[in-house]
Amino acid sequence: MSTQPNSYRSQPDERGHFGIFGGRFVAETLMPLVLDLEREYRAAQNDPAFAAEFDDLLTHYVGRPSPLYYAERLTEELRKDAPAGKGAQIWFKRDELNHTGAHKINNCIGQILLARRMGKTRIIAETGAGQHGVATATVCARFGLPCVIYMGARDMERQQPNVFRMKLLGAEVIGVESGARTLKDAMNEALRDWVANVHDTFYIIGTAAGPHPYPELVRDFQSVIGKEARAQLLERTGRLPDLLVAAIGGGSNAIGLFHPFLDDPSVQMLGVEAAGHGLDKEHAASLAGGAPGILHGNRTYLLQDEDGQIDEAHSISAGLDYPGIGPEHAWLRDVGRVDYTSATDKEALDAFQLLCRTEGIIPALEPAHAIAAVAKVALEMDRDAIIVANLCGRGDKDIFTVAEALGTQI
Amino acid sequence: MSRFAAAFAKSHPALVTFVTAGDGDTAAILDALVAGGADVIELGMPFTDPMADGPAIQAANLRSFAAGTTTADILAIAAAFRARHPDIALVLMGYANPMTVRGADWFAAVCKDAGVDGVICVDIPFEEDDSLGPALRAAGVDQIRLATPTTDAARLPAVLDGAGGFLYYVSVAGITGLQQAAQASIEDAVARLRTQTDLPIAVGFGVRTPDQAAQIARVADGVVVGSALVELVAQHGAGAPRHIETFTRSLAAAIHGAKEIAA
Ligand SMILES: Cc1ncc(COP(=O)(O)O)c(C=O)c1O
Repeated sequence: MSTQPNSYRSQPDERGHFGIFGGRFVAETLMPLVLDLEREYRAAQNDPAFAAEFDDLLTHYVGRPSPLYYAERLTEELRKDAPAGKGAQIWFKRDELNHTGAHKINNCIGQILLARRMGKTRIIAETGAGQHGVATATVCARFGLPCVIYMGARDMERQQPNVFRMKLLGAEVIGVESGARTLKDAMNEALRDWVANVHDTFYIIGTAAGPHPYPELVRDFQSVIGKEARAQLLERTGRLPDLLVAAIGGGSNAIGLFHPFLDDPSVQMLGVEAAGHGLDKEHAASLAGGAPGILHGNRTYLLQDEDGQIDEAHSISAGLDYPGIGPEHAWLRDVGRVDYTSATDKEALDAFQLLCRTEGIIPALEPAHAIAAVAKVALEMDRDAIIVANLCGRGDKDIFTVAEALGTQI
Repeated sequence: MSRFAAAFAKSHPALVTFVTAGDGDTAAILDALVAGGADVIELGMPFTDPMADGPAIQAANLRSFAAGTTTADILAIAAAFRARHPDIALVLMGYANPMTVRGADWFAAVCKDAGVDGVICVDIPFEEDDSLGPALRAAGVDQIRLATPTTDAARLPAVLDGAGGFLYYVSVAGITGLQQAAQASIEDAVARLRTQTDLPIAVGFGVRTPDQAAQIARVADGVVVGSALVELVAQHGAGAPRHIETFTRSLAAAIHGAKEIAA
């Protein structure tokens, strides 16, 4: 696209397209349901009672607003390696303090309210790290709906605490043995369940991807992150941030932070994909290493071979271990509004430990990727520049993975 | 007359058979289907993420990949089939990404060149038709559309707009190979579809036995059998063609005789 749009915040179009990306690539059986969901979402958007209930639950159940925190010790630590005058201020949007420990719950609250409006009586979801599964199981317990979570068998091994959490919350967790037994395979299995149970089942998708209207509604529910961050930083400093940074699996925490700022030209944005063992080896960076294609209901960048077969992704972080990315990110990258980079497993592990030691915060491995990118770019920015990074999850679930990667016996 | 028109103009309902390309000796399996009496052949294009398929066809996809099957191989299988069987209608069935990865025009052209009569793409509803439909129509390859139990009266005209070959009625809301729909619901659906289209109507998903096939053939123009055939490949490996031919013959006898039984 050569001309800039008037607004970067008016996507998608009425067919759910973000430029050439997005859309509704689902089987005919699901299509009427996807259209019902869109109708119901439009009605909810115009219903003040829906917004009031959403806000009330976010405040009293999730614990919002989450703090915006100036990470002074981390800032100072990084400045030690910075050239004179360089070393930006690092602030964290602390969505890891939400109920259930990640941003995922914001979206789950919104979608379960939609499910209830639609009269659905059974909930399904896919999960990678288990954070979305835990958040879904949580809202299902809260609203008394039965819940089935699909999770790759490999992810169940590396995220055992979350598997147990989901079970405690009353969910049925079904291990998926197909493919690489990770998030992509869990999503396939959830779609198979949905198509066989369309009459009573609502599928709570956990990231800003899938058939329209999911990318839009997940973004809207997650935009509470960016809206709060904007107001909080303005109140604390009287100015907008210079740079926003967020990790990208499917892209929901990132789009939630970025979207409210997209039309502020002074605010730059950086999405961080998982580079796994390295971009020339196994990784999960679909923008860096993929090409446009169609999977899981939308057209977007995918890791794939020349025949359009989807490659297996790899990341130490189960939540980023997915060979695609939400369609709005694909569009934002192609129009040049947002920059994207990547961080390797090793860089994420280093950043994970850095945050533990400098700030007393154990981050999830997903935002550890964002912190790794922050540690690099902060050195190139002036000292009065402000970076806001999304600390979208806490690391309790990851301590076993990290211990293993560091060669430590717990 | 197109091969589809010929297949459905016979005095009996058509047997439509599905197997996965590259799973076993596909050429021999296709010949067995024809020898057993199949009227239309659906050749499945394996995909890494077959969201609409049950365990049997998922496993067939994996076997095909393990054998190293590429899109070029599938097209070669199709072209060789066409050379051996000039008159049998051939359909490629699969998912959007392998079909469109080199561009819809490319796919339509190679289908045409290989002698493929029609294409079924599982995950392109009419709302996204511009991703594939116009290219197929321009190349003269029929686009076979799926109608399902959730396709209501309001959607049906748009589903039929641009559809060619035959209409594939997916008789259950679900994935391939698992449950079968109640006969009464199939009869109602076919009657409803007939008021809206002159295309032949083939019914599939969950049809496993000659008896079931015969029941459906009393009301439909065609019956699709897939997973039950694919399971024979899983079970018999290199010996599969012989078993496939026998089973196909039993299906064909049931389907081809169905209308007479009813009369
Ligand atoms: C803490 C956390 N951050 C990020 C992600 C990645 O998802 P998204 O890119 O949609 O934010 C996950 C997914 O499980 C997660 O648990």
